[in-house]
Amino acid sequence: MDPRSHEAIQQDPDYQELVRRRSSFGWTLSLIMLVIYFGFILLVAYAPKFLGTPLGTGVTTIGIPIGLFVIVSAFVLTGIYVSKANSKYDALIRRIVER
Amino acid sequence: MKKLSCVLATTLFASLPTLALAAGAIDGGAKQTVNWVAIGMFVAFVAFTLGITYWAAKQTASAADFYSAGGGITGFQNGLAIAGDYMSAASFLGISGLVYTSGYDGLIYSVGWLVGWPIVTFLIAEQLRNLGKFTFADVTSFRLGQTEIRILAACGSLVTVAFYLIAQMVGAGKLIELLFGLDYWMAVVLVGGLMMIYVTFGGMKATTWVQIIKAVLLLMGATFMAGAVLYKFGFSPEALFAKATQVHPKKLAIMEPGSLISNPLSAISLGLALMFGTAGLPHILMRFFTVKDAQAARKSVFYATGFIGYFYILTFIIGFGAIVLVSTDAAFLDASILEKTKSGIAAIKGGSNMAAIHLANAVGGNMFLGFISAVAFATILAVVSGLALAGASSISHDLYAMVIKEGKANEQDEIRVSKIATLFLGVLAIILGIIFENQNVAFMVGLAFAIAASCNFPVLVMSIFWKGLTTRGAMIGGFLGLISAVVGVILSPAVWEATLGNPKGSAPIPLDNPALFSITLAFAGIWLFSVLDRSARARADRSGFDAQYVRCQTGIGAAGATTH
Repeated sequence: MDPRSHEAIQQDPDYQELVRRRSSFGWTLSLIMLVIYFGFILLVAYAPKFLGTPLGTGVTTIGIPIGLFVIVSAFVLTGIYVSKANSKYDALIRRIVER
Repeated sequence: MKKLSCVLATTLFASLPTLALAAGAIDGGAKQTVNWVAIGMFVAFVAFTLGITYWAAKQTASAADFYSAGGGITGFQNGLAIAGDYMSAASFLGISGLVYTSGYDGLIYSVGWLVGWPIVTFLIAEQLRNLGKFTFADVTSFRLGQTEIRILAACGSLVTVAFYLIAQMVGAGKLIELLFGLDYWMAVVLVGGLMMIYVTFGGMKATTWVQIIKAVLLLMGATFMAGAVLYKFGFSPEALFAKATQVHPKKLAIMEPGSLISNPLSAISLGLALMFGTAGLPHILMRFFTVKDAQAARKSVFYATGFIGYFYILTFIIGFGAIVLVSTDAAFLDASILEKTKSGIAAIKGGSNMAAIHLANAVGGNMFLGFISAVAFATILAVVSGLALAGASSISHDLYAMVIKEGKANEQDEIRVSKIATLFLGVLAIILGIIFENQNVAFMVGLAFAIAASCNFPVLVMSIFWKGLTTRGAMIGGFLGLISAVVGVILSPAVWEATLGNPKGSAPIPLDNPALFSITLAFAGIWLFSVLDRSARARADRSGFDAQYVRCQTGIGAAGATTH
């Protein structure tokens, strides 16, 4: 068990940096995901004909790449968070825990 | 235990041929002929997973083993298991069937079901691992009043699990009736029985491994199917879509959003339920306790998001493939319906949910049909096992150990209670599955998501991030969300008109999914009653936040992985 109290950890600059960076990053990414997803839902709700616009001369509509983009963006955003957490946050946490 | 699981396994195998024979005798009508390849592959799957259960049973001694596989699952394995929980038969057959009938609309559901995952990664996964031990109520009750919050969490969990379980059981019965030619009630009993064996003997370890194996099989099968479809069109999606718009009666309309979502508010409400429901499903949340630490928890959601996203893209191709290859082939169509409607889409044998199954036959012949049928059955088994374990944990860990025994329960007693709870849930699921046989169950999944999004999710997120949350606020807000979600579903067009038979347009609430107002009500209730709370308990609740937050951020003091 760690002998340090939570009050002591709260004073730790590494901890303060971790909390500040992680929460702002997490909430920013959440907000981006919400905007992308509800942007898509609003298009479905209010502009279904726009999503039905054909790309070029074929039958594939613009809605297909937009739908795929939402799926891929979910994966990419998760990936961005995980890689940043693995490199930055884990190092900070290790410093805090080992102090 | 060794002896008992052997006896159970032998009884099960001894009874299988009889089941199949009995089904053969009453074959006909809506049911398929008995598919021996499918039954053979399914028996092989069951034998293999029972072997795993036997192996897991030998290693499951402590409560940590039973509830969380001793924390010994890696991030990658857990990612597959989470993806497996999510790739249920309902989403595999349901979404490909939806694409088959409506085209683009199917994609709207896929997207909604996926976008909850990033939110889980950013805000919940690591926090859960750092604060909790066996159930998500460990997190919500961390600094709040144990008794009240555990009861709230147990209500939220059990109601969610119950509705989800009924939907899966009814779906399972119908599907197996069609695939294997078994009677409906036999199929339900078989699923319930196997589920009880996996969970009571193998606990979380067996449940997780069954889920992982099934996820791999399903991903392989779906990849092969989508690949075979694209191969026929020279790997050009445009060529596939072009052919599909020619043969589908809705023509070009299948390439854009259609009638599925009738009004904008319904679309937003459904979107909210799908997105935040994911972050409140107890059988998903419990998976974060099976990994070693917060880093593994976060990696597991990353892998899961990748697998699920990939899988949904496959189901989209599979649905379009079925439009082209199934709806145009008389072998898969019901001649009498085809006569009446002139539409191959409407005439599909066994309904649109069978689109992926028929496509398997069309691209891979009888062998592959057998494989996909067996995988679909395995999927149901794996998902109901996870649900049963989540429900049982809630009863034994939250209600029995924490509320009734006030945290002083003997570990072996706690495990015994959870096994009894599993048997109870299994029997209940079988009975409810039989009672609800002819009910429309689609709304039950919607209800499960709405309750998870309106009760479990708000309480969880507020307890992690908001210092001002008090026990009273969480209780009132949580129950407001739970009750308004249930009432909202009953008063919605889907239930009030379609299920209860009231005239069209008479539903008191015009939204098919109540999430829009039930989530708002829950958050508003939590905030208002926490702010107004001036009790001594509230002071203790607020002063506990700092210590909780430090642990949630750093993992210091978190329940470690138990090694034996």
